[in-house]
Amino acid sequence: MKHLLSTENLSAADAIRILDTAEEMALVGEREVKKLPALRGRTVVNLFFEDSTRTRISFEAAAKRLSADVINFAAKGSSVSKGESLKDTAQTLEAMSADAVVIRHWASGAPARLAASDWIDAAVVNAGDGTHEHPTQALLDAFTLRRHWSQIAGRASLGEDLRGLRIAIVGDVLHSRVARSNLWLLTTLGAEVTLVAPPTLLPVGIADWPCRVSFDLDEVLATGPHAIMMLRVQGERMNAAFFPSAREYARTWGFDDDRLAALEVSAGKDTIIMHPGPMNRGLEISSAAADSPRSTVLAQVRNGVSVRMAVLYLLLSGDDSTQPTPAQEATV
Amino acid sequence: MFRTVLGEADIDRALTRIAHEILEANKGSQDLVLLGIPRRGFPLAQRLARKIARTDPAVNPDAMVGRLDVTMFRDDLRKHPTRPPGPTKLPPAGIDDKVVVLVDDVLYSGRTIRAALDAIVDIGRPRVVRLAVLVDRGHRELPIRADHVGKNLPTSSAEKVRVRITEVDSVDEVVIEGPA
Repeated sequence: MKHLLSTENLSAADAIRILDTAEEMALVGEREVKKLPALRGRTVVNLFFEDSTRTRISFEAAAKRLSADVINFAAKGSSVSKGESLKDTAQTLEAMSADAVVIRHWASGAPARLAASDWIDAAVVNAGDGTHEHPTQALLDAFTLRRHWSQIAGRASLGEDLRGLRIAIVGDVLHSRVARSNLWLLTTLGAEVTLVAPPTLLPVGIADWPCRVSFDLDEVLATGPHAIMMLRVQGERMNAAFFPSAREYARTWGFDDDRLAALEVSAGKDTIIMHPGPMNRGLEISSAAADSPRSTVLAQVRNGVSVRMAVLYLLLSGDDSTQPTPAQEATV
Repeated sequence: MFRTVLGEADIDRALTRIAHEILEANKGSQDLVLLGIPRRGFPLAQRLARKIARTDPAVNPDAMVGRLDVTMFRDDLRKHPTRPPGPTKLPPAGIDDKVVVLVDDVLYSGRTIRAALDAIVDIGRPRVVRLAVLVDRGHRELPIRADHVGKNLPTSSAEKVRVRITEVDSVDEVVIEGPA
């Protein structure tokens, strides 16, 4: 594994290896000295063409805990606003000998372009591209799910997959890279996914996706899914009216106080409520739901650092000199 | 070309002697913690603890053994394919102010032990750190020596020393493989 671009092509074995490594990383986070020397002398560049709080901070904390040097690059206030292309930016980073580039871009496929090009040698980690994928978010969600449910079952989570879990992903699927990455990863790990969304917020071609689709949130909640993943309504990507009003959306598709109360009396005793953040409180999730003991929002943030440490460690620590570069091959 | 240098009984005798040496050097089992380095150091540490518990019934063998994964502290991470780290488990009482005995199967270059010493610094501050190994085969690359040695095996660096432990390899033996 040289890059982490998507979860669609990630094998179950690779995914479990990342999750298992993340378990060890999580233990480091509980120690007094929260630092490992594994990536000493390597440079990780956070290349962010789109706003982000938790993903960037999470990657920065992860890289620093592994002793890597971190360079943060935000498109705002950089030469990108003067019109510099992705290629020139990448070549600048190559000249500064970056070992890994964590890239978030508003264009779907930008990380794949970077990885496939010869602009830069570094490992590329997709931190969210357009409406395509956000693989580390899906991995941290899977990690959170696995920990929660194996703890309830009284098993060690190491080596486990997610077979038998039923997960509902609710809300703005159309614009959500989190929903896509989660769908691929969770099904690879053996979970059953149901997408719940208004018809206007489902993408074209959804019939081919390995999931069920429902237009009734209450009906899905009544079946007692193991987890409900609420998606953020991505107002900034909406250039048309996808639903009549915010209040109607909150009432029909949001996880509000009534649904929280209904969950307490229904079959879903241990159902958890997940949200990738940032939350629109009062729109897709009510404050009571977001702050309830069922909510794993903060656990997800905490696990995010462990999972990103695992990804950076697995991508960067090994021997990368076994495959000679084209230049080296030419001289032989 | 194989040569078996230690059999099951030899290994057992060596471990019994090391267990007694540890108790003697420590003047009892007070504050003793055995940290095994995976993979084979850990089952060896468990065996040593059981032997110590046999001499001193007051100690609980499970409460004095831990495992210390040193993968992330190695200096050769970039010379090998990526290795996923394994679990580190400390005894419930921790290692602060304890007498820590590191346990490993083979002492060779000394680099694993260097990594282990770094790992220990990050998880606590023991009073003393000692080293017990089943086999010392020489060829040290760092100024490190063992306090307790099961057997000194003078070898050439072209040879391979294989330690097999029942818990991992379903047989107890130490074998020297000659150069092919």
